[in-house]
Amino acid sequence: MLTLRNLGKTYGNGVRALDGFSLDLAPGEIVAVIGGSGCGKSTLLRLISGLETPTRGIVEFDGEPVNQPNPLINLIFQEPRLLPWLTVANNVGFGLAELDGDDRRQRIGAALKKVGLGELGDRWPKELSGGQAQRVAIARALVTRPEVLLLDEPFSALDAFTRADLQDHLLDIWSETRPTLILVTHDIDEAIVLADRIIVMRPWPGRILDEIKIDLPKKRDRASVSFEAAKRQLLTSLNASLQPAAVCTSTIAAFC
Amino acid sequence: MVDLAETGTKPATNTSRSGAASAFYGMSRQATVAIAVPAFGLLFWEIAVGAGWFSGRLMQPPSRVSATLWGLLRSGELLDHIGITTVRVFLGFVLGTTTATLTGALTGYFGLVRRLIDPSLQALRSIPSIAWVPLFILWFGIFEASKVALIAVGVFFPVYLGVSGAILSIDRKIVEVGRIFRLSGFALVRRVMMPAIFPAYVLALRSGLGLGWMFVVAAEFMGASEGLGYLLVDGQQLGKPDQIMAAIITFAVIGKLTDSLLIAATAPFLTWQDCYRREG
Ligand SMILES: Nc1ncnc2c1ncn2[C@@H]1O[C@H](COP(=O)(O)OP(=O)(O)O)[C@@H](O)[C@H]1O
Ligand SMILES: [Mg+2]
Repeated sequence: MLTLRNLGKTYGNGVRALDGFSLDLAPGEIVAVIGGSGCGKSTLLRLISGLETPTRGIVEFDGEPVNQPNPLINLIFQEPRLLPWLTVANNVGFGLAELDGDDRRQRIGAALKKVGLGELGDRWPKELSGGQAQRVAIARALVTRPEVLLLDEPFSALDAFTRADLQDHLLDIWSETRPTLILVTHDIDEAIVLADRIIVMRPWPGRILDEIKIDLPKKRDRASVSFEAAKRQLLTSLNASLQPAAVCTSTIAAFC
Repeated sequence: MVDLAETGTKPATNTSRSGAASAFYGMSRQATVAIAVPAFGLLFWEIAVGAGWFSGRLMQPPSRVSATLWGLLRSGELLDHIGITTVRVFLGFVLGTTTATLTGALTGYFGLVRRLIDPSLQALRSIPSIAWVPLFILWFGIFEASKVALIAVGVFFPVYLGVSGAILSIDRKIVEVGRIFRLSGFALVRRVMMPAIFPAYVLALRSGLGLGWMFVVAAEFMGASEGLGYLLVDGQQLGKPDQIMAAIITFAVIGKLTDSLLIAATAPFLTWQDCYRREG
């Protein structure tokens, strides 16, 4: 159970990246966070992961406050961020430092197979394509069996085919251990395909504008009528999020 | 230095041609290309002296210089000189790199240490190193200690700059990966920061070694009865330009050789590098 209570983050330069963000996430829930660039999505994930400390409010995981990285919470960045001096297998095993020998090899192998890269363990990161590298990053996060997995636009740099493929993979992986997923995305289809709930954010300061429940069974058909309906609802909400806020005074509105 | 358990060599993925044979072929071809320019230069020099374009007395032709080299080699003298000079460079290099690596790591990692001592070190760096010679002779005497100290000073600064600069430019994004997996303190240093700066460190060691070979000459000028620098001084005092050139050539060969050794020793740990390198 992950609880975000009244989260706020103001950076050193005075940017209010996030303000008054509250959300409860049930175990195994998939929540997509969608919104324009700069509305605090990455900041939100950095706060939950403990990489950054909130200026206001609190992140609670199973009743404990999170203010530094937690073994049960993992973050997958927008870029793969593989360590170039480790082979693919050792990158995947990066979080298994206390494990060695067969156990470690077997866990790494299983994680690589899950993302469809069973054969590539001996390669260097420089020998991978963008999609393969991002799969390795996913495997690296999975191998420690987190209960909360945060994904920051993980597929945004990939082509449409690879992206759809990885979305399917992500669902397969999720269905095995059912971690809580928070998926930041700017891809409307991706949000609807994957999420139980979609949070629409608006910027300056970053906060929740709308929340849309998607009550469709998983493995959703992108061409179905209900999918289209959800998409229309989300688009309307997103349009609203991109309008200048009513509270903006004329001077600030220039920056909105 | 780097965490070898993880970084270590891996079973080769045969992306390049195949086997040791072609590697050797590639290397020998590279050597042929590299040798072409000096070979041409030597040939021109020989012909120029033979044709009387410049005086052979002060510009001894390669044939004469190599005869001198051969003589020095046969008498065993050359190896003695090389040996003593190499030992001096080695000791100065080890002393210089050890202190430089430690101070560089401290100033790169701890902001407080950096603010405390980096400005002073930068000021010391701008002192022409030869200026230390009289002082070192007073402090450490005329024999080995002062020579090694001078070489160590020469080696210290490029390595120090390299290490502290490399630590300061480690990519935040990669450090965050370490933090997500709850690494901190020494574990973060060992598993993320050290491998991240390793390529820059090798480069710093190479500049340090190069300066070591330069400073050994200065050190041997300040009174030595053995060593390649002594061959230079002796050649000047006794008017033997061929001996001076023989010593210069030996410096070039040994300097290049030790640099190549350093590269070869570190190359297995750097195969992961993804570098832009134009061929041709
Ligand atoms: N380290 C930082 N220092 C200062 N401002 C930042 C920093 N990181 C992000 N910001 C600012 O905070 C706002 C939200 O950023 P971010 O969370 O990255 O947005 P998103 O991921 O939704 O695009 C932006 O206006 C951005 O410029
Ligand atoms: Mg972002």
